[in-house]
Amino acid sequence: MDRAERNALTIAVILLLFFFTLIVYAAKGLKIDLPTCITDVQPFKEGRLIKHAPDRYELHVVARMWYFDFNQGSTEIEIPAGSVVDIYLTSADVVHGMHINGTTVNLMAIPGTVNYARYRFEKPGVYHVVCHEFCGVGHQAMQGRIVVR
Amino acid sequence: MRVEGGIRFIILSEIVFPILLLIFGIYHGVMQVLYRAGIIKADSFLGIDYYQGLTLHGVINAIVFTTFFAVAFGNAVVLYLLKKPLRPAVQWLSWILMVGGTLMAAWAMFTKKATVLYTFYPPLIAHWTFYIGTVVLVVGSLIPFFLDWIPNAISWKKENPDKKLPLAVFGVFVNHILWTIMVIPVAIEILFQLFPLSVGWVEEINPLLARTLFWFFGHPVVYFWLLPAYVMLYTMLPKIASEKGKLYSDPAARLAFILFLLFSLPVGLHHQFTEPGISNAWKLIHAIFTFCVALPSLITAFTVAASLEYSAKAEDPSVRDSKFYWWTRLPYLRLEGDKWLFSYFFAGLVLFFFGGITGIVNASYNLNLAVHNTAYVPGHFHTTVGGLVLLTFLGMSLYMVSKLRGTDVKFKGLAALAPYFWMQGMFMFSYAMMVGGALEGFPRRTNAGLTYLNPDSPLYRPEWVGYAQLSVVGGALLGIGFVLFLVAFFGTLLSRRVREPQIEFPIAQAYHDAPTPVLNNLKGWTVAAVLLAVLSYIPPLYDVTQRGVFYNSPAYNEKFPLPLKQIQQTEAETKELSMKEGN
Repeated sequence: MDRAERNALTIAVILLLFFFTLIVYAAKGLKIDLPTCITDVQPFKEGRLIKHAPDRYELHVVARMWYFDFNQGSTEIEIPAGSVVDIYLTSADVVHGMHINGTTVNLMAIPGTVNYARYRFEKPGVYHVVCHEFCGVGHQAMQGRIVVR
Repeated sequence: MRVEGGIRFIILSEIVFPILLLIFGIYHGVMQVLYRAGIIKADSFLGIDYYQGLTLHGVINAIVFTTFFAVAFGNAVVLYLLKKPLRPAVQWLSWILMVGGTLMAAWAMFTKKATVLYTFYPPLIAHWTFYIGTVVLVVGSLIPFFLDWIPNAISWKKENPDKKLPLAVFGVFVNHILWTIMVIPVAIEILFQLFPLSVGWVEEINPLLARTLFWFFGHPVVYFWLLPAYVMLYTMLPKIASEKGKLYSDPAARLAFILFLLFSLPVGLHHQFTEPGISNAWKLIHAIFTFCVALPSLITAFTVAASLEYSAKAEDPSVRDSKFYWWTRLPYLRLEGDKWLFSYFFAGLVLFFFGGITGIVNASYNLNLAVHNTAYVPGHFHTTVGGLVLLTFLGMSLYMVSKLRGTDVKFKGLAALAPYFWMQGMFMFSYAMMVGGALEGFPRRTNAGLTYLNPDSPLYRPEWVGYAQLSVVGGALLGIGFVLFLVAFFGTLLSRRVREPQIEFPIAQAYHDAPTPVLNNLKGWTVAAVLLAVLSYIPPLYDVTQRGVFYNSPAYNEKFPLPLKQIQQTEAETKELSMKEGN
């Protein structure tokens, strides 16, 4: 291995280590982490929005062919700005995906399991939610809205 | 080197057959940008549904074309470099299985019985012929490796005890070893989950387990596509760039292949970063390994650039002392001899530069939350598999056809221009997909023209319009590039023979070479790779089977929001009822 080659390899390793350090800092320091395995919540059948405090909500989402059940069949919910929402997601039939556009809430809905993310909705506005995993012929119409006032 | 009739037909047909299918695969690629931009506002066009076409686009382009090419290229390289005849019985068996399997799966897809996309998506379920056809294709692609290439390499080694296995053969072997390992989990998924569910032997499967097994295969497979391209970059590109060209370093090339063998497998969870049911500690470990697998690509970037520098300076000594001007001495668009092939490599490498960077974004654990399943992801992989891989495969297909048929490359100018059209089209398409996906959340795999990109729909999303329209322009250029290639390809295939048909490759010697006994121990590295893969998958497999191995999802098909069993029952009852009424 000649000098140029060794230098290139060293730079490559340092670059990757640098990127990786930033990732770990973002995950563990800034708490922007990926969903993990949770076993204490059983898969549920119905979507519900539960208010625990004026700015604390729990949202149970059931993804099904071809709509998001946010609250007893409704595909649209309203919450006040600044709310912290604990989002639980499951699927009633096939695999779906749930992406709240413009946020880091990006979850897969897999039948038999529950996915979880926490998000603080700071800015008022309409947050569009789209299904981003192929789930059948109605996939392109599977969406929902979270209105933050 | 001469090739006898049967083997010549087999290699030629392994190139031509998938390219015939690829015409349809790429046709539906172009159709998809039209659907997504709302230019076609319909479920289907000319009898092909959007999602059916998407399935065909994925399966043909990413599985059928690549697998056939890997086998044809492997056959030709092993034959040419080891100079030992291939066994006609083995080759025919492999050919029949591969073509037969492909036809089975193609029947299911073309008759709308397998609209499940190439990643399968259980509990959506397809007709069993789709699954078994895929397995038969894969089995056929493994047969030459075990019954032809390995025995030939062993007897070559006996005759040349102090020589290293030629680098191109070494690369092809690493690739097929990887292929052999990675198909095991997906074969388990198909044979123990999808096939039994499809024919009704079991009532339910565990979809999360199925997904984990799939991605155990689904990421390594991208290296199965990539490594033949790397073999060409290392061993052939320097020689195409210049008659006096050399590979910068043979040990570095072998090191890169071994690193691929080790780190290609324990990375599949980075496709499942946003999934429930898997502890994020294991996701982070797979992210580390994904960063490790970026290393051999970075080594390759250096070695390829250094080889090109050597070749350009050997070709034109006047730039010998220049740091940068040698770049101007490469045959970017030249038609003498086989220099037209350089366009394919160069356009592919430029695209792959962006493919590599955007791939690191995908792999970056929490950064994936911003891009997962948005249009960013297809934007990324169209610059890798749809960039370097496709272009080198097409270029090499044309090259091999002209040699094996004994014809000159016809419409050489078009052949040399095609990759640049493709490159420009892919830049526009990928830029639109990546920016629209990452910044605006434009989803992938969605027939958006019906809803989000339809101004008459209540779901209209005007912020996605510009990106969708730019991707149409890109898609049109991609289509033009492919048509130019087809003109040259079929012109060459069907033209009159002017030379003795033969097989030959422009193989470059190494500039730096040294004995590499440790790297050449493929058996040892294979064992290490298997161990690492198994270890990295035990914890996630434990996680996803906590609620049972066969438990919880009945089969669905893409048309009805009810389990398939329930629909069949209702149908049977209605039939019975109507028969009673008839009586």
